[in-house]
Amino acid sequence: MAKRVGIEVSIALAEAVKLANVDVIPAYPITPQTHIVEHLSEVVANGEVDAEFVPVESEHAAMSCCCGSSAAGARTFTSSSSQGLLLMSEILFIPGPMRFPIVMAVVNRALSAPISIWNDHQDIMSQRDIGWIQTFADTGQEAFDLMLHAFRVAEDRRVSLPMIVNIDGFTLSHVVEAVELLSQEEVDQYLPPFKPRYRLDTRKPITMGPVGMPEVYSEARVAHNEALKASRRVILQGWKEFADLFGRQYNPVETYRSEDAEVLLVTMGSISETAMTAIDTMRDKGQKAGLVKIRLWRPFPGPEFRKAAGKAKILAVVDRCLAPGAVCGPVGAELRSLFYKVPGSPKIFNFIAGLGGRDVTVGRFEEMVDKATAFAKKRPKELYEVIGVREK
Amino acid sequence: MANTDAIIGWKTITFGCHVMEPGSSVKFRTGDWRSQRPVIDNEKCNKCGICWIYCPDMACIQTEDGFFEIDLEYCKGCGICAHECPKNAITIVPEEG
Repeated sequence: MAKRVGIEVSIALAEAVKLANVDVIPAYPITPQTHIVEHLSEVVANGEVDAEFVPVESEHAAMSCCCGSSAAGARTFTSSSSQGLLLMSEILFIPGPMRFPIVMAVVNRALSAPISIWNDHQDIMSQRDIGWIQTFADTGQEAFDLMLHAFRVAEDRRVSLPMIVNIDGFTLSHVVEAVELLSQEEVDQYLPPFKPRYRLDTRKPITMGPVGMPEVYSEARVAHNEALKASRRVILQGWKEFADLFGRQYNPVETYRSEDAEVLLVTMGSISETAMTAIDTMRDKGQKAGLVKIRLWRPFPGPEFRKAAGKAKILAVVDRCLAPGAVCGPVGAELRSLFYKVPGSPKIFNFIAGLGGRDVTVGRFEEMVDKATAFAKKRPKELYEVIGVREK
Repeated sequence: MANTDAIIGWKTITFGCHVMEPGSSVKFRTGDWRSQRPVIDNEKCNKCGICWIYCPDMACIQTEDGFFEIDLEYCKGCGICAHECPKNAITIVPEEG
């Protein structure tokens, strides 16, 4: 039976990987991901899970090793953050088109320079187009549950794509929360053994990773993109069956007090919890404010987002990433594209907040809602605003 | 090469762009973009087989009489055989037409 325990979120997430009966974990430690791989190396050393822990020499090697083990048909997990994720970058683009269902936890952290170990989403946004399925967790329970969901979806033969669960560094990864840990029997009920469609096998040799000449490259890339878009159905099915078994329902887009709201905050990740408190405060004051949280970032759930946005007139979109020289932040740009020339679409204002571990407080969310409301009456000069940044 | 013989669409391309058939590289005729070719003078050749050893495409084929022929379906015209031949029995000539 499931048991509810007080546990550090990194450890809960690593426990989910253990319960998933992972086969291979090639990993390199980096703050703030360290506790996840430390705990996994411990459980492997203790014989709690029959897995190979590969202490690789770099993140580039970690992801290369992941590709090899997944190609061989092994259930494969790794985790990284920030500069480590960037060192993986060359290899991160490969398992998508090659259909390797590697599962990774990205513990989101800022990028140098200046050096920052603290949380924002600039690491994962720099790797936005790697072609992996990507979800974001708000809480420890979600981190645990989404990890199991990731193995289930990634390895489904209709999907066979790599998948990332994003959790915010420190503000989520290092906090102790009450998490209901599922038992081995319960996890086994949800997650079948990994049976790949193709694997490296000397008895039945195939070539993986051939050159794609101009005659086939476009077709190969489109085939991958179509597989990523089509994974949506299995992602939803995975969440539905999780809810049927364990009672917790997840959706690509979640809403909080959004019905009848005129202004909607849009968030991803753990700041959504603070945003909910801010919505409560504003509702108490009589403001018609609500919240939309994006849980599934890739493939982007366009229809679900449009439905969630409902009849709201204004969207205050929060990005945890400054895209230098761009028109606005990545989430802001995504939503502006989604609603471009859609009749009756809301006015969209983009706020960059919480860079490099800067707290995003209830007050800051109220400020964003108030500013978006004012901007709807008088158009601002810029297409985004960095919230709380000092000029002098 | 995934497959150059057939016209493939994104719906019909192999899963993960894998090549499902082993040894299929023999179907890829690397000789068709050659701009020069080796010509062997059997008067000078002593059948030592150095060209056969050095050819990176296994395009030097020994015949029954012990001399060597070039398999022009795979010879890329790299000239290694001519460079290595101790008897200067191989000359590289431009492909015409």
